[in-house]
This record gives sequence, C-alpha cells and structure tokens, in this order.
Amino acid sequence: MHISPVLWQFLMKWLTNSALFPREASTIAPYADALYFFLLLITVVGLALVGTLVFGFALRYRKDRNPVATQVEGSTLLEATWTIIPLALFLIVFVWGALLYFRIYNPPPNAMNIYVVGKQWMWKAEHPGGQHEINALHVPTGQPIQLTMISQDVFHSFSIPDFRVKREVIPGRYSTVWFEATTPGTYHIFCTQYCGTNHSAMIGEVTVLTPEDYKKWTEGSTSGMSLAQNGERLFASMGCNACHSGNAAARGPNLAGVYGSKLRLANGSEVLVNEAYLRDAILNPSQHVTAGYAPIMPTYQGQISEEGLIDLVEYLKSLKTNYRVQQTLTTSESNNQAAPATPEVVKP
Amino acid sequence: MSATSSTIVNLPDQKTATIPKKNYITAEDGLLSWLLTGDHKRIAMLYLISITFFFFIGGAFAGLIRLELLTPQADLVASDTYNKLFTMHGIIMVFLFLVPSVPATIGNFVIPIMIGAKDLAFPKVNLLSWYLYMVGGLFTLAALVLGGVDTGWTFTTPLSTHYLNTHVVTAGLGVFIIGFSSIFTGLNFIVTIHRMRAPGMTWFRMPLFVWSNYAASIMMVLGTPVLAITLVLVVLERTIHIGVFDPTLGGDPLLFQHLFWFYSHPAVYIMILPGMGVISEIISTFSRKRVFGYSAVAFSSVAIAIFGFFVWAHHMFIMGISNYSALVFSLLTMLVAVPSAIKIFNWSFTMQKGSVTFETPMIYAFGFLGLFTIGGMTGVFLGALGMDIHLTETYFIVAHFHFVMVGGMLMAFLAGVHFWWPKMTGRMYPESLSKLAAVTTFIGFNLTFLPQFILGYLGMPRRYHSYPAEFQVLNVLSTAGATVLGIGYMLPMIYLAWSLKYGAVAGNNPWQATGLEWQIQSPPLTENFIETPVIDYEAYDYEWLAHKTEQEVTTVG
Amino acid sequence: MDNAIAVAPDTHAEDHHHAALPQLRHHFETEEQQREAGTFGMWLFLLTEIMFFGGMFFAYLLYRNWYYDAFVVASNQLSIPLGGTNTAVLITSGFFMALGVWAAEVRKKGLLVLFLVLTIAFGAVFLGIKYVEYHEKWEKHHVPGASYDIKEFVNPHAYGLNEKPLPPDMAQKTQIFFSLYFAMTGMHALHMIIGIGLLFWLLARAQRGDFSSGYVAPIENFGLYWHFVDIVWLFLFPLLYLINRHPV
Repeated sequence: MHISPVLWQFLMKWLTNSALFPREASTIAPYADALYFFLLLITVVGLALVGTLVFGFALRYRKDRNPVATQVEGSTLLEATWTIIPLALFLIVFVWGALLYFRIYNPPPNAMNIYVVGKQWMWKAEHPGGQHEINALHVPTGQPIQLTMISQDVFHSFSIPDFRVKREVIPGRYSTVWFEATTPGTYHIFCTQYCGTNHSAMIGEVTVLTPEDYKKWTEGSTSGMSLAQNGERLFASMGCNACHSGNAAARGPNLAGVYGSKLRLANGSEVLVNEAYLRDAILNPSQHVTAGYAPIMPTYQGQISEEGLIDLVEYLKSLKTNYRVQQTLTTSESNNQAAPATPEVVKP
Repeated sequence: MSATSSTIVNLPDQKTATIPKKNYITAEDGLLSWLLTGDHKRIAMLYLISITFFFFIGGAFAGLIRLELLTPQADLVASDTYNKLFTMHGIIMVFLFLVPSVPATIGNFVIPIMIGAKDLAFPKVNLLSWYLYMVGGLFTLAALVLGGVDTGWTFTTPLSTHYLNTHVVTAGLGVFIIGFSSIFTGLNFIVTIHRMRAPGMTWFRMPLFVWSNYAASIMMVLGTPVLAITLVLVVLERTIHIGVFDPTLGGDPLLFQHLFWFYSHPAVYIMILPGMGVISEIISTFSRKRVFGYSAVAFSSVAIAIFGFFVWAHHMFIMGISNYSALVFSLLTMLVAVPSAIKIFNWSFTMQKGSVTFETPMIYAFGFLGLFTIGGMTGVFLGALGMDIHLTETYFIVAHFHFVMVGGMLMAFLAGVHFWWPKMTGRMYPESLSKLAAVTTFIGFNLTFLPQFILGYLGMPRRYHSYPAEFQVLNVLSTAGATVLGIGYMLPMIYLAWSLKYGAVAGNNPWQATGLEWQIQSPPLTENFIETPVIDYEAYDYEWLAHKTEQEVTTVG
Repeated sequence: MDNAIAVAPDTHAEDHHHAALPQLRHHFETEEQQREAGTFGMWLFLLTEIMFFGGMFFAYLLYRNWYYDAFVVASNQLSIPLGGTNTAVLITSGFFMALGVWAAEVRKKGLLVLFLVLTIAFGAVFLGIKYVEYHEKWEKHHVPGASYDIKEFVNPHAYGLNEKPLPPDMAQKTQIFFSLYFAMTGMHALHMIIGIGLLFWLLARAQRGDFSSGYVAPIENFGLYWHFVDIVWLFLFPLLYLINRHPV
C-alpha cells in the first residue's frame, strides 16, 4: 500500500493536532472527569450486558436451534432485579452529580470577583482593578475566581470546557460561576447558548498566568481607574449622594458597609445584600425599600448600562465610610445647586 | 423449503396469490375519495406520504449542516443561513416528523384493528388532524420559502421576540397548528382505546403497542396545549409587545423556559413511547414468544407518561434555578430512566427460550436496542447535576438526543413500517435489500453520532457554524457517517415504492403474528372486520395462533 | 373467534350493517357507545383546554407574587359593574344552554331553537360588554405596547383615582397585569366567538329538525364546552377583578 509522503504527512499532522479529550486545567476538572469515567464505565458495562443478552439469546434460541418457543410469563424476581440495580446505580449517580454541582456552583469565600457582560456577540470582562478585556480573560493560577455575569440582550452561556464550567448568562439578573485554574496556558471560551447570527463567533480565550505574570499583566493593562473609582464618579454624577449621604437626616439609607449585611426591608422581609441585590435595588427600588425609609427613589431602569451598574455595585461593595461621599456632596453643592433632579443617561 | 425454514415469512403460493379485490385501497377511486376519507387506514397513508416528504426536507437540511461542518471555517453557507438550516431541521424533524411519525401513521392504521374496532372513535376529527398537520406544515414551508427562521426549534425568548427579524410568527403559528393536530390524534386514540374495544378485549389483552400509544396520547393531550399557549404568548410579545417574557418590562424569560420545556420534555416521550410499542410487537413476533413481563412493560409506559411530566427543569440546570428544584428534578430524572431500563431487559428476555428469526423488522429492532441503550445511558450523564454543567449545550447533548430520537425512534419507525408494510399494502419488499438498508443505517448512524459524544466532552458547542480546527477530525468522521446514513434512508424509500407494484403478494399473516390486524386480509377492508371479533385469548398467544391455523387447514382441507 | 373475520367474501361486506338510526355512524356498534365516546372525547378536550389556560394562570400567579402592588392597583382599574354584569350575562347564557339541552332531550324543537337563540344573544351581549371594557382600556392607554402609559399609576390623585401612588418602577409592572388581562380575557373571548359560531351551526341543524328524534349528542357536548367557557370566566373574574379589591 502506497500513500504519498505528502498525504501521509498531512494525515499525521491532522491527527496529532486533533483533540480527543479536553485538558484538565482547573481544580474542578478532575472531579468532573471522575464522575464522567464512572458514568462511562456503567454505560459500557450496561451496553455489554444488553449486547450479551440480546445476541446471546438471539443466537442460542434462533429458530434453527430452538424451533419451538417455550412460553414464559415473566419473573417477578428478575424484574425486581433489573428495577432495583439500575435504580441504585442511578441514585449513586444522582448523589455524586449533586455533590459535583454544588462544588461547581458554590464559590469559596476568598474568590476574586471578575465581572463578565455578554452581548451579541462578544464577552466583556471587567476586572476590579479597572482592566477591561473583550473576548479574553486573564486569570492567575492558584486563586479561586468568581465570575459575576449578566447579559445585555439575549441568553448567552459562558463555557470554558477545559475547566469543566459553564453557566447561562441571562438578561436582567446576575449569575455566577467559579473556578480555580491550575495550569498556565490559553483555553477556549465558548458561548454555548444559541444567541443569534454570529453565535459561533462569540468565542474568546482565557489566558491562565502564573501569579507573578498575572501581577505584571494587571499593572501593564490597567486603565488607571478601578471599577470602584468609576462607580464613585457615577454615584456622584447621578446624584445618588444627595440622598445616600450617610447623614442622620438623609432621605436614603446609609450605604457604607451595606454590602454583605443583612437588611430588613419595609415589607418585613430580611435579605442578604449581595451584588444581585444591589443591582436590583438600583433598577427596581420600590421592591427593595429599607425599613424606615419612604419609597421615593426613582428607578434607573434604562438609564445606566450594565457596565455602569457593575461600577456602581463595585463601588458600593468597597464603600466602608461615608467620608468621601460627604466631601463630594459639599463640593458639588458649593459648585452648583444640587444634583440634577432627573438623572441623565450615562454611558461610561 | 430450506430457504423458508429459517424464516417465518409465510407467503402464499405466488402463482395463485392475489391481492383481495375488495380492500380499503380499492374501495373508492379518485383523489377526492382520499382527501375526504374518514377511513383511519387511508388517513394513515396520507400521513405516511406527508411525513416522508417532510422527513426528506428535514434530512436535506441535516445533510447541508453536516457538509458545512466538514471544515472548521464558515465556508459553505453564511452564518444566517446556517442558523436557518438547523432551525428548520429541528422544527421539521421534531414537529412534522418525530411527533406524528409512529402514532399518526402506524398507530392510526393498526390501533383500531388491534382492539377490534372498525375505525377510530372520531373519523372526521382524525381527518381534521391530518389537515391541521398539513396547514401547519404549509406554514412552516411558507416560513422557509419566505426566507426562513433562525430561532432554533426552541424559540428561546428574548431572542425570538426582540432580536430577530425572520419569520418567527409564521413558524410559530405553524407549530401551534401542528400542535392541535397532535392533540386531536391523542384525544382520538384515548377515546378509541377506552370505548371502542371489541367484546373480550380487556385492557390486559391489548397489545403493548396500544398501551404505549395510550401513554403517549395522554402526554399529547395534556402537554401540547401548554406549548400552544406559550407560542401564543411569544407571538403576542413579538407583534404587540406584551411583556410576559421580556426582562426589560419586568417579565421573566425563564418563565418561557419553564412553559416551553413543560411540553417539550414530555414531547420526547411522546416521540419515543410509540416507538417502544413497535419494538414490543416485533420482538415478540420474531421470537414466537409472549413479551416477557407483559404488565411490567405496560405499566412502565404509563410510569414514563406520569414521571415524564415532572422532569422538565432538567433542561435548565445551568440557568440558575434554585438548588432545591435542581435536586428534585435531577432525582426525578433518574427515576424516569428506570422504566426505560426495565423495558430494555424485558425485551432481551423475551428472546430467551424463544424461537428467534432475523427478518428485517427484527434487524431494525436489534439496532433500536443497542442505540436506545446508549441514548438512555447518556441521558443519565445529563441528568446528573454536576455532569450536566459541562455537557449541556454541547455536541454531547446533540449526540444524546439523536441517539434517542433517530437511533431509537427512527429505527423503531422503520422497523414498524417494514413490519406492517405487508398489512398496509398487501405486498412484500425485497428481503435482502431491506436487511442491507437496516445494517447500513445502523453503521451510518454510529459513525455519525458516536464522534459527537467525544466532541461534546471536548466542549464543542451545539449550533456552531464554525469551530476550532482541532475538532475537525471528529467532524469529518461524523459527516462521513451522515453520508452512509443518508443512503440507509434512501434505500427503503426506493424499494418500498418498488414493492407497491412488483412486490410478492404478502397474504394475511406473513409473519405468523398474533395481533388481530394479522387475522384479517391484507390490505384490510374499509370496515376492517366482516363481523365484530370476540376476543377470548391473551395478546401474543402463539399457541392460540397455531391452533387456529391448524383448524383452518382442516376445515379448508 | 372464527374464520369469518379473516377474509372477505368479495360479495357482501355491506350487508352486515345493523339496522340502526340514521345518526349512528357506521363504525360504532351501538348508539350508546357512540354517545359515550362523544362525551368522553369532549371531556378530554376540555382537559386540554384547562392545560391551555393553565399556562396563563401559572404566569398570573408568578407575577402577582412578584409585583403585588402593581397588580392591586391595576386590578382596581377594571370595572366591577361591567365585569359583574358580564358574569351575570354569561351565567344566564349558560342557563339557557342548559335549558336547550333539556329541550333537546324532551324533543321540543321550538323550545330548543328558542333557547339556542337566547344563548347566542347573551353570549353576544357578553362580547359587547367586553368590547366596551377593551375600548375603555384603549382610551386610557392601558393596552400593553407602545402606547402604554403609566402616568395614572404614578400620580393617581391627579387623575381622580383613589389609589396609593406607585413608584415608577412598580408602575411599569402594571403593564404585565394588563398583558395577562388581555391575554386571558382575549383567549376567553376567542373561545366565546368560536362557541357562538358553533351555536349558529347547531341552530341551523335544530331548525332542520336534526335533534328532534332523541339524538342530542351534539347539543349535549356543545353544552359541556359552553359551560366550560363559563367556568373559565368564573375563575378569571375573581382573579382579575375582585381579588385585590379593597377600600382605599
């Protein structure tokens, strides 16, 4: 058999460049793969069993060898066996899968937060330090990273196969996923939820760096303003500080240190203040009125972009004291009158 | 004689064999007599022709999709076109082929005969179902001709309502109308099975095919209306901008997901259950043996119908449903897998101590057993919460549901068509060619979809027009397999059409099967039976059949 | 079971017809079987209708929980006198339908025709009143879509409404209420319109005397449908009009 050397080389190159199994590049990946191999095992065993039964019976009892069938009604014992054994196996898979699910979706407390905004057809990543990336994400090894994600338009889904993580990115609400990368390198980001014409172009790359390289990268690519700093500016320009000044007589509640606290609302319920709560409270204030305050805050729906909201959320998370809020307020009051009554559309 | 000793095909002497002059095909002449018929058998044939037509349209789209995916780049068609291709492929295959395939063709034909009735309870409603199907199909074709629709068959909001300017409304209305066709078919079956059984035909004397169609009918009747109202809301949202699913107005797009999957998960069982019924008939017939654990198989169909309604949120594990509901839905998903496993083992053990022969329907049934086992087991992968995160929305899920729908359902459909073809037309098809087609289909199918499992675990997302170069080898394999598969599907088309005129005359009962449909002439009379049968034997009673045949020989001789 | 069912003697398959009433369809053994099948089919159809409306009721429950304040205020915009009148009208229509079934059963053609006409008349009155209500919503810009206006809900006192003012973000959500209101009552009205169409058909057949000889299945089954439509309204009326009614 003669294969031309050119063709042979082409074939070899093609095969060596092709993938059969994804790399394991996060701490979760081995756990996911373990369950995968367990499932593969029971599939193969199950298939072999069914194959043996089908072909075994078909050949053993083929008409040539067994011209007359013996009628059998059934067997409760056998049927109980093949009810209980699969059931037991499936229950093991259920428990295992559930444990894995909680491992993938419950971030450790020390996770570093990065925001991701999905829109037709790109991924925008925003680092707390103010680094912005499009269709790219730089992360260090050895550090749990939590992604807080939202879509500006339709459903997207953020997937990094080599990390075995994926989460739907939904318009109007934050969703989160976390991972801890283990091996430096670049890995695919896919949008896996069909999102319109250029769905298959909504791809990107995660670059995993060693902590030292990551430090270099953050310093080299900062825009000079952290998200919180952007948020502080937005906070002042939208006039938020007029009410949320932290003064005893202020019309809005004090926001310093509110992140992470348990808040009692006017309707009597108690909520944990997290990113999703802060975002919702800006857009739908009347459903998030803090106990003791009047529902006077206007809605900012349609007036702040998702990136702006992220800045504000990040700012509120970092807000530990109202000193600077009051400083800004005094300055702006002495400069002109008060904050604008109707906030304008802000596009950072 | 040696040729027939290894087979139970029991053809009459071909020199004297004739097709009965009076049968449902010759009863009336002219196109109108078909278009205005109330005869369930004629309506079944109308369905068979129309779903075959749509199957090949949907199949052509699948071929184009595979051709585009031969190379990593987007080179054959533009992205828009590609999106329209897989959308139309999905809509046509799901709503115009899979859902009506077995019930509306084979079920329509044989269910009334199997239970000893002259027709379905509501023949006019049955005809109306077909017309609704055709109107819905025309709407879908109109959407196609006018420029297509690219929502994906899932019509996901807000993409479908606010971000696309293709013919979503036309396609949505098409699916809405086809939905009512399905509802009326299901309703007709349930009433027929409850009220039209012949004297002596008790519930537990019914063939398992009737049971599984009964279970599927319940799901059609209860599930489809929810899809209908969901599509109405989508259309209203698109046309007059009501905000029920629109997050900017306070609506919840996840509500759409819940409502959509409340139908579309049960729809999977609507598709597969009648196929399982076909397999029960065939394995029993060609093993000459009663189905192992008849009642277990019957009840497992009903169990699937019930549990099937409570697993829909397993399509939404990564969408941020609460942890508790994720747990509950995962657990229920595991439970619904058990009845399917039971069936597989019952079918295998049906052959034990049987007298097995290997006719074409049986070859297809073997294919079904293997492919459905893989399809079912990979469903367990996806039902496991943590595993689903990595696998969902990738080619793994594409491979999984093709194994169930195409490997399971389509194999069962072809098995059924080959099994009942002699009854429907009175003629046999060429046996060796049909076996070749069955084997070709099996090989082509595996070559097409096994690589997709690997692609899925690698993370290749579904509905991708272009993909990273390292996935190419597996995609080439898959496309090659699709070619083989295509040939496997073309073959039956050709020889079945050929057999209509040139096939050997089949006689009443070529397979020596026990069902009532095999005790009447082929093709049957318009009223099926000359007088109402009285049933005094169990389903799959081969001793009764042998006894009856003996009697016939003595009385005739 | 004997051989007779197996092969047709080519001559006389048609001779086996039972001597039966003309309305007995050929594929039923007895008239009772036909009647039971018809009724059973109708009940199943109504079951699918329940699922059909069920989707919207589910959406209603969800959003009412989320946007309670908006639902309260928006619900108060619906007119109880009109809705109440309509409820009475519809129940009357259902009553005449029931009388119609009775008239058919006792084979009184004239009465049947009269009751069917009355059923249609009250059904039409219902739709007329519904039109008045829809028209009012249109004028007030309460129809969801581009022309939807929330000003009355933000500042009710300026428009003479005795309501708690809603913050703008909550006021926006009243649109969801009206979306569901129009979707649910619209689907209900569509069922009424289809029903009235069928009533005209039944009326024509009743005139012809089709139901004068004890064959009443179509009337009975349509009666079931018509009562079902009434019952849907009996859920819609309290859920949309009454549930949040409160003295402000």
